[in-house]
Amino acid sequence: MRLLRAGRWITAIGLVLLAGIYVRALAFTPIERFQGPAQKIFYVHVPAAWCAMLAMGLVGIAGILYLLLKDPRFDRFGEASAEVGTVFSLVMLTTGPIWAKPIWGTWWTWDARLTLTLFLFLLFIGYLVLRGAVTEPSLRARYSAVLGICGIPLLVFIHLSVYLFRTLHPQPIVLKPSAPSLPGPMLVTLLMSFGVFTLLYVGFVVQRYALSYLREQLEAAGGTGGGGGGGHA
Amino acid sequence: MAEFVRHAWSVARKDLLVEFRSRTAILSAVVFTVLVLMVFNFGRDPTAVAAVDLAPSILWVTFTFAAMLALNRAFQLELENQALEGLLLAPISRGSIYLGKLLANLIFVGVVEAIGLPLFALFFNVRILPVILPLVGVIGLATIGFVAVGTLFSAMTVRTRFAELLLPVLLLPFMIPPLIWAVLATARLLADRPLSEITGWLKMLAAYDIVFVGLAFLLFPATVNE
Repeated sequence: MRLLRAGRWITAIGLVLLAGIYVRALAFTPIERFQGPAQKIFYVHVPAAWCAMLAMGLVGIAGILYLLLKDPRFDRFGEASAEVGTVFSLVMLTTGPIWAKPIWGTWWTWDARLTLTLFLFLLFIGYLVLRGAVTEPSLRARYSAVLGICGIPLLVFIHLSVYLFRTLHPQPIVLKPSAPSLPGPMLVTLLMSFGVFTLLYVGFVVQRYALSYLREQLEAAGGTGGGGGGGHA
Repeated sequence: MAEFVRHAWSVARKDLLVEFRSRTAILSAVVFTVLVLMVFNFGRDPTAVAAVDLAPSILWVTFTFAAMLALNRAFQLELENQALEGLLLAPISRGSIYLGKLLANLIFVGVVEAIGLPLFALFFNVRILPVILPLVGVIGLATIGFVAVGTLFSAMTVRTRFAELLLPVLLLPFMIPPLIWAVLATARLLADRPLSEITGWLKMLAAYDIVFVGLAFLLFPATVNE
């Protein structure tokens, strides 16, 4: 299937570029003066967080479009985006403590953004569990659309809470009203990393989308479905 | 508009009447609240931590669990004899069904909270009378927020396989923001801080209520239409 092959190519290119980002971040980007080498994890942590947020946002938008147009493609996209978002939020939640330990002196702190991104992860899990608990496809699509849509305002409240609470988390340094305060080479590395992570997100989602399409075809053809659901393209 | 409110009220009245006739859910919710408060009492070391420091968390954890029980019940009621189909066939808009359910849930949770709050003050020796008005305001605002989302979600989870377990899994991430604000505001109130310190939390709670009541109202038809 063409879509699946395209997804694999995008992912492969993304992975090669990811290796390039590692090389650039480790060897060709200056070491931060106060945090030392530990700050390098920034180039993985922040783009992963961005992809997790992007995934949730797109799950919500897919939900709105599904409820308006009743097109199963949006539901399939929402499912794919939620699964990929779960992976990226897991990356965010594992790299975060690794960075926090040397810098803040603790693996975990109940700081506002940390707490609420943990709940973003749980929201993804809830979305996937809900999909697993409903068997009828159209009901499942509507339910998950509703949950996805509710996720967007929750994200907005997460962002508001960052400004309201005093927190250990750094305030935004790139996306803020004044000019970015990150030094040039670091900013370039960060932006490249954003691009590569987004590319990986697209690659994963396209593959996942193609797989659920194939599974639906298989189920419609009277196959048992379930099982692996993929492997042959 | 008057029609709409009247329909919502009849849905709410039906639910409350069923509840009033049997009284099982409300009684179990109240007993549950008392038991949770008692568990907290034995779960803390009174010589190490002052009651007033723990009080806000105790209050809100108790209310969270009690609300969860109430919300699970909201649509369970309609499963028997396919009552939900009957309700959907009635010549009233989906919006007024949602509003009626929300109203009934709010009254149910409100009654549990109204019984739980004095007991909480009694058990933990917390002075709530001087701050009763703002405290009721905080409780009201937070309750509206999570009951609004909970009513929407319980309409979905009731028709799934693990309804009792799935509702908390879906709802808790949405309950956390209002709970955080409510706990912080309650802590300030119980510590006799001036009201101006909690207006920020109150505004957030009100914003959350407006957003999620509106959203749930719009999304509810998608959860029940056949």
